[in-house]
Amino acid sequence: MEQTLGAFRGPDAPDLDELRTCVHCGICLPQCPTYRVLGEEMDSPRGRIYLMRAAAEGRIGLTPTFAHHLDLCLGCRACETACPSGVKFGSLLEATRIQLRRHGPPPRHRRLEDVILSVFPEPARLGVALAAFRLYRRSGLRRLVRATRVLRPFPRLAALEALLDDVPAAESLPPLIPARGTARGRVGLLTGCVQRHLYPGVNRDTARLLALAGYEVVVPRAQGCCGALELHAGRAEAFRSRARALAAAFPDDLDFVVANAAGCGSAMKEYGRWLPATAGFAARVRDVAEVLVEADLPLGPLPLTVTYHDACHLAHGQRVRQAPRALLRRIPGLTLVELGDSDLCCGSAGVYNLLEPALARELLALKVARIVETGARVVATGNPGCLLQIAQGCRQRGLDVTLVHPVELLARAVAVRAAGRRGASAPPSEASETD
Amino acid sequence: MPLSPGLVGDLQRILGPEGLVLSHEGRLVYECDMHTFYKGAPDAVALPSTTAEVVAIVRLCREARVPIVPRGSGTGLIGGAMAPSGGVMVGLNRMNRILEVDLPNRCATVQPGLINLSLTKAVEARGWFFAPDPSSQMVSSIGGNVSTNAGGPHCLKYGITSNHVLGLELVTGRGELVTLGGKVADHPGYDLTGVAVGSEGTFGLVTAITVRLVHVAQAVKTILASFADLEDASEAVSAIIAAGIVPAALEMLDELMIRAINEGTGAGYPKDAAAVLLIELDGPAEEVEAQGERAARICWERGALEVRVAQDAAERALLWKGRKEAAGAVGRLAPTYLLQDAVVPRSKLPAIMRELGAIGARHGVQIANVFHAGDGNLHPLILYDDRNPDELERAKAANEELLHACIAMGGTVTGEHGVGLDKAKNLPLQYGDADLNFMYRLRGVFDPQRLMNPKKLLPAHPACGEGWRPPRPRLPEGAWI
Ligand code: SF4
Ligand code: SF4
Repeated sequence: MEQTLGAFRGPDAPDLDELRTCVHCGICLPQCPTYRVLGEEMDSPRGRIYLMRAAAEGRIGLTPTFAHHLDLCLGCRACETACPSGVKFGSLLEATRIQLRRHGPPPRHRRLEDVILSVFPEPARLGVALAAFRLYRRSGLRRLVRATRVLRPFPRLAALEALLDDVPAAESLPPLIPARGTARGRVGLLTGCVQRHLYPGVNRDTARLLALAGYEVVVPRAQGCCGALELHAGRAEAFRSRARALAAAFPDDLDFVVANAAGCGSAMKEYGRWLPATAGFAARVRDVAEVLVEADLPLGPLPLTVTYHDACHLAHGQRVRQAPRALLRRIPGLTLVELGDSDLCCGSAGVYNLLEPALARELLALKVARIVETGARVVATGNPGCLLQIAQGCRQRGLDVTLVHPVELLARAVAVRAAGRRGASAPPSEASETD
Repeated sequence: MPLSPGLVGDLQRILGPEGLVLSHEGRLVYECDMHTFYKGAPDAVALPSTTAEVVAIVRLCREARVPIVPRGSGTGLIGGAMAPSGGVMVGLNRMNRILEVDLPNRCATVQPGLINLSLTKAVEARGWFFAPDPSSQMVSSIGGNVSTNAGGPHCLKYGITSNHVLGLELVTGRGELVTLGGKVADHPGYDLTGVAVGSEGTFGLVTAITVRLVHVAQAVKTILASFADLEDASEAVSAIIAAGIVPAALEMLDELMIRAINEGTGAGYPKDAAAVLLIELDGPAEEVEAQGERAARICWERGALEVRVAQDAAERALLWKGRKEAAGAVGRLAPTYLLQDAVVPRSKLPAIMRELGAIGARHGVQIANVFHAGDGNLHPLILYDDRNPDELERAKAANEELLHACIAMGGTVTGEHGVGLDKAKNLPLQYGDADLNFMYRLRGVFDPQRLMNPKKLLPAHPACGEGWRPPRPRLPEGAWI
């Protein structure tokens, strides 16, 4: 007979004991973006845990209302950081979403979700889609679309359209990049699906910096997507097959597998929970900042005022907060100003901004307002989703703010130093930096 | 009893679809506060954004004779923000604005849903703070603090919430909007603010609060002292107070609590200690310096293992984070606990600690302790596993015994968390019939229909189950007519 736990059935049910670690203290409430915006208990971490527990105890079923409140969760895991009782909210949510996908009502935005999930995690398809988008952008069709507002009745499509401003041409890295200077070891680089196509420069800079830090960098050609988007959508089977394939794509003798996209790194570090055979692989996953902070990079001056946004899946998912800041502070001439509510979700949250555009927009507005307060014209953050989302928010408010991944600043500082050695021109001024 | 369609329609018209929760799932998450033992889901949850909406809700419910239960952040520990008789719960958390900061008059006016710490955050850069600091201050609402007259570590020196509330705007159970008190400390006539603070929503719903702001002291020193023995720590507490030092806060934690805090918050309390004292001094720099040295010396004299002075604001904040998140961190030790809130005269601390140990042993339950040692306010947490009914019974028995032990030592049944549903039955231990009757009549002035937060604060009479009534006047012996 199939195992049941209240309304949950079969494997991948949330763990009742873990649900019971919540002592209902509410300390997580003010940290939860959806509670801050909506002000309702069922859209708070404590409320969501209560709902999951009620389902596990058979007090409620997997109803559309239940699904709605769990769908509205960003999965940002700010509640996990806040919780003194150690509730593992992220994995409880993932398990519940898997259950909803298998036994719950059909998702509200199933068709859109299907489209998104059939494109994003497939590097080849994403490539084709983005090439089409480039064409759309250049042909002048975009101006027409924006001028006529034909997308207005389709808020979710409009969100996607607004998000993608400029799409660079895809660029691939060589499969092996030798270490420079004293060898430290051998690492694998995850190129990611979104990162690879939208921010190829970030991958290039990551590889260069790792090599400079003394690592031989392996970039397996066969690597696919990490599966994070599917895990968050509760698509357990698709996620597992991606995780299995990705772990197999990397050789076993690596010291680390480096991710520069916080969402990917966070999911990969937790592979073991869903697929015990990949636990060894998961244990070697590091965010790029964790690896680089141990190295001594030759950095030249960048006279910039920069602020740093904590990507949820870096700060809350991986508990990496200090390393990126420490790296940025090492750049001579760079002033790092703290961003208020730096670890409050920007609303990107995987593909949340496409599925729940209204709430995502409110969170983005909060984020942009805090950025304005800092006066910084450069915002650094370690996740492609946040880069896209916040850049869009700044653009729409007409702000002259540039979004960068921390490795881009580091790479530029390295280049400045190298140029200085060769006796080249002076470092760029702030104005030219942010143009 | 479900609400009538008429009432639901009227409420929806006032509050809009986003302002009224009717779904079964939505109402379910409002069935308890932090005291999860008491559950009662409301028939609807209203989430007003304005005072006018609150007035309208009260008038409609009054007409329909439907109970009203106020709720802030739902962090209470007494079964206050739950609906044992159903009805409409009014969540005031969306009314969370600071209406005015008036520094020349040292006060601020806020809406009830404002989170306690947000007020301090808004004024600290200008050198001010809001003194009442319940451990839940990072999440609990000022409205909730006012309605339970909450206290916190710094109330030892600065006084409890009622000492900091200057005025209130209250929607009474009759649906009137009244202003009690105001910015000026001394108002002619009755001190109705004082009467309403701590009334736990039984008079009505508070919609605006004027609170006192306090200027940040010139210097602050936080000292952590650890002891190998609880009694040594208790004696150190008595000696510090006896030496004429009035610390801003004086907190004590026992071994079990220290373990939970270290695991849950990373505050880095000493690992092998049986007790930790957290002593905070504030005031003019020189005085703080001198008092700090004296307090440290006293701790050393009572056998302290370690006396550590926080070196900077970050270390201070970390030590306090440990203390403030203690109740949440206990979730690491057990899935459920009964958190008691009782008071004994400070001199009885060593005795009650011994008694607590004995009670725990007698009932076979673990008791973790954290308390405001400076004013004798205990917070024993009796750990149990609610999947084991026997354990729950033992925890409840230990809880009752503990309360009686405190009263036997001259203490009270509640220190700072309020009464709620949990302690209402214990009030007769503290008050006589005449006292309780008077409270009932007072409540009737504000809420004649007894619709405001029913079953909370005042006990039902054991005989009639209704409100308290005087016993029949006894006729003199032999006066048969
Ligand atoms: S902070 Fe943790 S224990 Fe407290 S309510 Fe939130 S999840 Fe539950
Ligand atoms: S994951 Fe984020 S949005 Fe979801 S409950 Fe936790 S804090 Fe709120």
